[in-house]
Amino acid sequence: MFDNYFYFLKKLISVLTFNAGYNAKVVVLGATVLGLTAGVVGTFLVLRKRALVSDALAHSTLPGVAVAFLLLSYFGFDAKNTFFLLSGAAVSALFGSFCVSFISSKTRLAEDAAIGAVLSVFFGFGVVLLSIIQGLNIGSEGGIHNFIYGHTASLRAIDVKMIFLLGLFSIIAAALFIKEFSLVCFDPDFAKTDGWPVSLIDYYLMALVVLVTVLGLQTVGLLLVISLLIIPATIGRFWSNSLSKMTVVSALAGALSCYIGASVSSILPNYPAGAVIVLTSGFFFIFSLLFSPVKGVFASMFRRVSLGFRILLDHTLRDFYEEWEFSKTSTAIADFSLSKNKLKISFFQKFSLYFFRYVKKEKDKIYLTEKGVLKAQEAVRNHRIWEEYIAKFGSVDISHVDFSADLAEHVLSPQIVKELEGAIESSTKEIKESLHTLEKN
Amino acid sequence: MDMYQFLSIDLPPLLTAIFCSLSCALVGNFLLLRKMSLVGDSISHSVLPGIVIAFLLSGTRSSIPIFIGALIFAGISVLLVEVVKKLGKVESGAAMGVVFSLMFASGVFLIEQASARVVDLDADCVLHGQLETIFWFPPKVFSFLSLLNLPYEVFASLLVFCLISILVFIFYKELTLLSFDKELADALGFKPAILNTGFLIIVAASIVISFKAVGTILVIAMLICPPATARLLTDKLKTQIFLSLFFAVLTAIFGYFIAVFLPSFFNLSAVNIAGSISVSSGIFLTLAIFFAPQYGIIGKIKKTKKFAHKVIAEDILGFLFRVSEVSEESTDKLLTKKQLLVPFKGVKIVEKSLANLLKIGDVLKVKNSDGFEFYSLSETGQLRAKNLVRTHRLWEQYLVDEVGVKEDHVHDTAMDLEHFTDEILEDGLAKSVGAKKQDPHGRDIPEKD
Repeated sequence: MFDNYFYFLKKLISVLTFNAGYNAKVVVLGATVLGLTAGVVGTFLVLRKRALVSDALAHSTLPGVAVAFLLLSYFGFDAKNTFFLLSGAAVSALFGSFCVSFISSKTRLAEDAAIGAVLSVFFGFGVVLLSIIQGLNIGSEGGIHNFIYGHTASLRAIDVKMIFLLGLFSIIAAALFIKEFSLVCFDPDFAKTDGWPVSLIDYYLMALVVLVTVLGLQTVGLLLVISLLIIPATIGRFWSNSLSKMTVVSALAGALSCYIGASVSSILPNYPAGAVIVLTSGFFFIFSLLFSPVKGVFASMFRRVSLGFRILLDHTLRDFYEEWEFSKTSTAIADFSLSKNKLKISFFQKFSLYFFRYVKKEKDKIYLTEKGVLKAQEAVRNHRIWEEYIAKFGSVDISHVDFSADLAEHVLSPQIVKELEGAIESSTKEIKESLHTLEKN
Repeated sequence: MDMYQFLSIDLPPLLTAIFCSLSCALVGNFLLLRKMSLVGDSISHSVLPGIVIAFLLSGTRSSIPIFIGALIFAGISVLLVEVVKKLGKVESGAAMGVVFSLMFASGVFLIEQASARVVDLDADCVLHGQLETIFWFPPKVFSFLSLLNLPYEVFASLLVFCLISILVFIFYKELTLLSFDKELADALGFKPAILNTGFLIIVAASIVISFKAVGTILVIAMLICPPATARLLTDKLKTQIFLSLFFAVLTAIFGYFIAVFLPSFFNLSAVNIAGSISVSSGIFLTLAIFFAPQYGIIGKIKKTKKFAHKVIAEDILGFLFRVSEVSEESTDKLLTKKQLLVPFKGVKIVEKSLANLLKIGDVLKVKNSDGFEFYSLSETGQLRAKNLVRTHRLWEQYLVDEVGVKEDHVHDTAMDLEHFTDEILEDGLAKSVGAKKQDPHGRDIPEKD
């Protein structure tokens, strides 16, 4: 049993290190370059909110491939001439993309309807042509099927060279226009008013998408090629807010998914490369969605919880301070103590108060530490500054300021505090009396 | 073609295609209005793993488990899209793309696994459906009772269509409200979330029932094309729905015809029916895009052209009128063609507009004794031009008096506005301009006849 796994692992490592024979090397290399290219181009596509246009493009390659095939066999050429078939695919994909923008700009139908209509009608036409080809009994019609679901085994060295060259070309073509792309992606209205040829840039982007789509037909197939464009790009967005970093992450995610997916499928015969590549990228997607430190679910959950936590601590310390104020003792706050059961807080809060060493316990009495005093003063001060500010400038009644100050006091940065001080003419460090009467806890 | 062959081979797939097409078109109308067409795309890709799993678990090709499996995965996909949108703050198109391509990939993966174990499951039927496999052994003597023996696909698709029709009929008001004004629906207490879920369930049902017939991608054509065609022909939702149902039936019949009957006339083998149905839906949509009376591209171009001719013709009349106004001698009112066309330099259609004016007799062409041609206003043309110039000067005066535009800036605006002004508006202008007999430039405002 384990022997099988060891055998599989050994083989996988040899494929991954490009030591498993010429064919596997060619396939894995081609797929990796494809993933890299799709990652780069896809970033702009997704940022331009055109993700699903690529689905229409991919589906509309089918009639092009079929027509190219018919032409080749009619004129007696080798019907497996990949370059010609892919050129046919590119032409009909460009036509499909033109139809989408034509319908959505010249008729009352919205872009979603245009995408759906083009996608299904072109694909339907392709299916009809396929059935005609089957009826003609030419023989090698299996070649076309390879474009639908992808068939990495059909990749030849020359195809990989083509992927390599055209992929490199599209990466450079995208990199040259990164400024224009980012402008059009982030603020198309501004770009338009600033005199940029937005629709021309869009067409340029679409042409690159068509190129990637066509390159991906043999590897992942026309049904799944959009995931190479969309999934890595979405992964990139999880890891960074800067365009260039996003693009790099996306390219790496695409390359890695293809690298792993193609390797696995080259060992296991009934693991279709396209599906495995997509599922691998899906794994990275889910991982990023959950664990990315920038926009991941857990990271934002952690941020939310820690903010809530800070709010609780602030409130507790402020209560302590206000108890001291309320008692009107002449002792300094550092010498003021509360009995242990007077501090009505949860175990969790108590624990963190001790953990951060904001309080100390001496003979059943709780004192603020030096650090605690500072923190409590800051909390009280932020609260009261904000109260005063909104009472003065926000025309909020004094009886209502407490609640809204509770919300804002925790997110006041030192800079904002400084500005507030200027606005209400308070000197630094001074803690004013509360505007409203304090209630005893 | 004999009757028996038609009943056994053609009727069942034709009926199935018609009923599926009807269901899809019915719900497609609301998808289209809500700009959710691609939800159909997303669902139709995502049901694949559900179908494969249901098939593997039940071990049959029977519809009910497959229907349920597909429906469950349709629900899962909608849910996942929402999750990705909310948790990842991903834009909805990308979220749909991620979810449905992942689900479709798992479906493809599962199919490959299953077919390795020599199970009778074909990835290709996912693409182009299995309409060709539905057939019937009709009785030798036809009776209506014998129709009950039709293949279950026919009844299943009919049943789904009836159910969807009833639901749409009952919840028509709610669905309309949801499509046009979701916020209002919310404010009126219609619970859009629940409605929306219900709506997505019937969308999924119509997709799933059509899935087996036409395949995953071509079902999108059935969802989108007939309603889109209808949308180009009307503004009324009810009319749109009935038109879309009409086109749904037409598309199915026409598609079936070009797939099966047309090739047989030429002794060719039939082509894929599902593909040809979606192509025919595309043909109708294309026709509507170009030839729809109000929203078609050709109609729109014609309308624009007609309007452009009207504007240029009116400007020619206005020019001739202004010239005759300042001419002291009657011969000065006559202009050569070159003179007449001076203000229209670079306007391509001016020759044609002028020819039109000559044809309807608003402008006269006279030859003098030397054989030179001159143009002048006829009596009707004079009247039309006078009204036009009146409108123009009223506008100028109005713009100065009421809007506060500077005198030297009103001409161009008035030049545009005069072509849009009808009699009611003109009277209104005259009223607010009041007793003034002259425009801001000191020219007389012609009296109304």
